[in-house]
Amino acid sequence: MKSSIKALSIMAATTLTSSLAFGEEAYAAASSSDGGTGLIAVSAGLGLAIAVIGGALAQGKIGAAAMEGIARNPNAQKNMFTPMILGLALVESLVIYMLVIAFLLQMKI
Amino acid sequence: MATFNWTQLIQGVTHDTSHVATTAIGFGVMLVLAVVGRIALGSGNSAVVPSNRLGFKGFFEWNIGLVRDLGYELMGDQGFKMAPLFATLFFFIFFNNIAGLIPGMTPATENLNTTIAIGLFSFITYNAFGIYEHGLSYLKHFLGPVLYLAPLMLPIEIISHFFRPISLGLRLRGNMMGDHLVLGIFTDLLPPPATVIFYFIGLFVCFMQAFVFTMMSMIYVSMSVSHDH
Repeated sequence: MKSSIKALSIMAATTLTSSLAFGEEAYAAASSSDGGTGLIAVSAGLGLAIAVIGGALAQGKIGAAAMEGIARNPNAQKNMFTPMILGLALVESLVIYMLVIAFLLQMKI
Repeated sequence: MATFNWTQLIQGVTHDTSHVATTAIGFGVMLVLAVVGRIALGSGNSAVVPSNRLGFKGFFEWNIGLVRDLGYELMGDQGFKMAPLFATLFFFIFFNNIAGLIPGMTPATENLNTTIAIGLFSFITYNAFGIYEHGLSYLKHFLGPVLYLAPLMLPIEIISHFFRPISLGLRLRGNMMGDHLVLGIFTDLLPPPATVIFYFIGLFVCFMQAFVFTMMSMIYVSMSVSHDH
């Protein structure tokens, strides 16, 4: 086998098996004493961050398509405004759903 | 945290029912504004000429013009007939959102009860227009394009139809609450002149959420009235 593939596979095996051990210890420490409020806090923040990643990427794509359309044909800018706003608001509403869940979780701490 | 609300000065209004009081006060002010706007319209020749400055007449002309153009773009000629309904909806939501920018008032749309009520109104509206246009064969819309797909399409369509007013309500409430909280947190962090910027963001969000609510309602009406099946 090539030496680089051997090195990479040894590194991957070590990382995966050791991360199991570390994860078990962290999970036991997080959910043991205080009724799980640490996990609730982490999940609220992390879930919102993941939702915002997807939402920002999608809105960037919509905005880029709108910009390119205006650059090709500046007279059509009024026709492009309403569908762009509609697309942006629909994507943003998905992020808002996650924000509502984050608020509900944050009130349980 | 202890919050102060101007509506708590009225007797009998508690912390839980303050959104009802805000809606009632807002409705009263909107009624007065509408009557003043109607008087400013005049009659005869001066009613047809558009206003050249932003008075009461100019504001209502902007409101109706926006909704009318949007309705024509989305629904065709029927958009003109439905423009008063959607202009009222837009003005109601916009005014209730703007009431949150006054220091000490929480907007009525920050409470999930108000926004789901407005969402239910939109739900009843588009179903009513569909039944008025198609008769009882409006229910065939739920069965999908082809008949043998009906057992699969019916639960999906019913769930998606019931999710529409909930999504409208959640979107409006989440935006208003988030905007209010951001303003509150940045007031604690920054000196007061710098938080004026967040007022501009708040104004933009208020307008945009009312606009999106009206636009989604119009799209639902146009989808239920369409004849292309």
